[in-house]
Amino acid sequence: MKEVEKIKVEHLYFWYAKSKEPALKDINMSIYENRVTALIGPSGCGKTTLLRCFNRMHDLYPGNRYEGKILLDGENILDKDYDLIKLRTKVGMVFQKPTPFPMSIFDNVAYGLKLRGITDKTELESRVEKALKQAALWEEVKDRLSQPATGLSGGQQQRLVIARALAVEPEVLLFDEPTSALDPISTAKIEELVVELKKSVTILIVTHNMQQAARVSDYTAFMYLGELIEFDKTDIIFTSPKKKLTEDYITGKFG
Amino acid sequence: MGKFLRKYPISDVIFAFISFSASFVVLSLIVAIAYVLYDESSLAMHRFGVLNFIFSAEWDPVKEVFGAAASLYGTLVTTVLSLMFAIPVSIGIAIFLTEISPHLLKTPIGIAIEMLAAIPSIIYGMWGLFTLAPIMANYIEPFLQKTLGNVPVIGVLFQGTPQGIDLFTASVVLSIMITPFITSVARDALNLTPDIMKESAYALGATRWEVVKDVMIPYAKLGIYGGIVLALGRALGETMAVAFVLGNNHQITLSLFEAAATITVTLANEFTEADSDVYLSSLFYLALILFTLSFIILAVAKFFLLKAERGYSR
Repeated sequence: MKEVEKIKVEHLYFWYAKSKEPALKDINMSIYENRVTALIGPSGCGKTTLLRCFNRMHDLYPGNRYEGKILLDGENILDKDYDLIKLRTKVGMVFQKPTPFPMSIFDNVAYGLKLRGITDKTELESRVEKALKQAALWEEVKDRLSQPATGLSGGQQQRLVIARALAVEPEVLLFDEPTSALDPISTAKIEELVVELKKSVTILIVTHNMQQAARVSDYTAFMYLGELIEFDKTDIIFTSPKKKLTEDYITGKFG
Repeated sequence: MGKFLRKYPISDVIFAFISFSASFVVLSLIVAIAYVLYDESSLAMHRFGVLNFIFSAEWDPVKEVFGAAASLYGTLVTTVLSLMFAIPVSIGIAIFLTEISPHLLKTPIGIAIEMLAAIPSIIYGMWGLFTLAPIMANYIEPFLQKTLGNVPVIGVLFQGTPQGIDLFTASVVLSIMITPFITSVARDALNLTPDIMKESAYALGATRWEVVKDVMIPYAKLGIYGGIVLALGRALGETMAVAFVLGNNHQITLSLFEAAATITVTLANEFTEADSDVYLSSLFYLALILFTLSFIILAVAKFFLLKAERGYSR
């Protein structure tokens, strides 16, 4: 299978505000198009920090600092002049907890579209329907689109948030432990969805759950103390890792 | 109580009794005040009735005919107008403090706003009379008259000779006084928006203003309502600041450039002049109306704030 490089990380360092020690040290990796890449490692290893570099979420808090390059389709998104709105349209994100906005189901999914100035009712309706179908939520909510999104169950809310991210047709989707607040059945649904979605988007997923990484991902990056220890195809990481540290982690010796 | 006595040492029992009586005093004071107001106003209540008193604009100590309408009208107009001035400014400041201001400025501006609330109201009154009123009379009111005064329908609000001692000036002074209340409650409410919600909106490519408008304000809505109602209660009861710049004139006028009276100003000015029983009783009657009004408004504010808190903890 031919792999196409979607994102290339080159010598990435990251410092949180007022901290001398970098939270990410010399990260180099490639993210391939239409593949799922999992980031695993013990708490505090920097996997979420790395994920939040890809849509520059760190920029919301003053004092945070990057060094190095993240190339998205060959363009360095860490460049000071890179348009953040454009970046976040291309790179969507789903968080640890479902984050429906205090508005109706329809308005939640249409939100990103409206931000982009789409006001045509027919277009909004068709794109909301398409996104909800992609997120496997359409059948459950099609009769109550005008009801508040907070009335949905946790698993439904998380799929709604995925639909909201999908509605703007991103090229990359970042998942930050998307199932950590969900029950096993909802978790299974989200995992199926992730595998299904890679047909149309490139996916990065941070997870605490190694079985989850093994189930959904094509590539896995193991991180420890801000460094990328090993990055390879998922089956290689889980069956024959090259580094001792990786092996110790996936066999449960620490973490 | 018997079980309590046996179970605990005597010092605890004494302390429990003292703290219980302290809280009981507060409760009985409210009841006592309400009773005195009611009792003292019973003469006027008999003579003028309830609705008749509230809707009659006549306030004539010589003929001994009294009605609350004029001072109620003054109270409502200054309150509503001051809220109209204060709400947009306060919410603007709150948004600035929570989302826009650089970190270094947050604390000094926050403290400055709270200092505004600490200034005694009589000082606002003096400032209003000696500084603001001449500015209003010489510059702002003539300007409004020349511009808005010619607009049909609302032009009627800006008629008369601008003297600076009027409903308009009183409302401006009041609005400055209530701004810190709305600001600090709105700021706290906006701060309660979870970071993850804000981040979700930013992650969709929202700008700062879009995040404030679509996520933070809907989240903080109930809290902001609560702050507004608290400020409303404050504006209703304010006396000294208004007394200096309102002119104590019992009349109902459409123009904002006319002197008027509020319930509080009437009470402050006229107790010493009240020479007949029914005059005195009518003043108590006004006080009872204000008391009831403030009570209801505070209850509504508490309701919103409680609902807001419950909303966030979910």
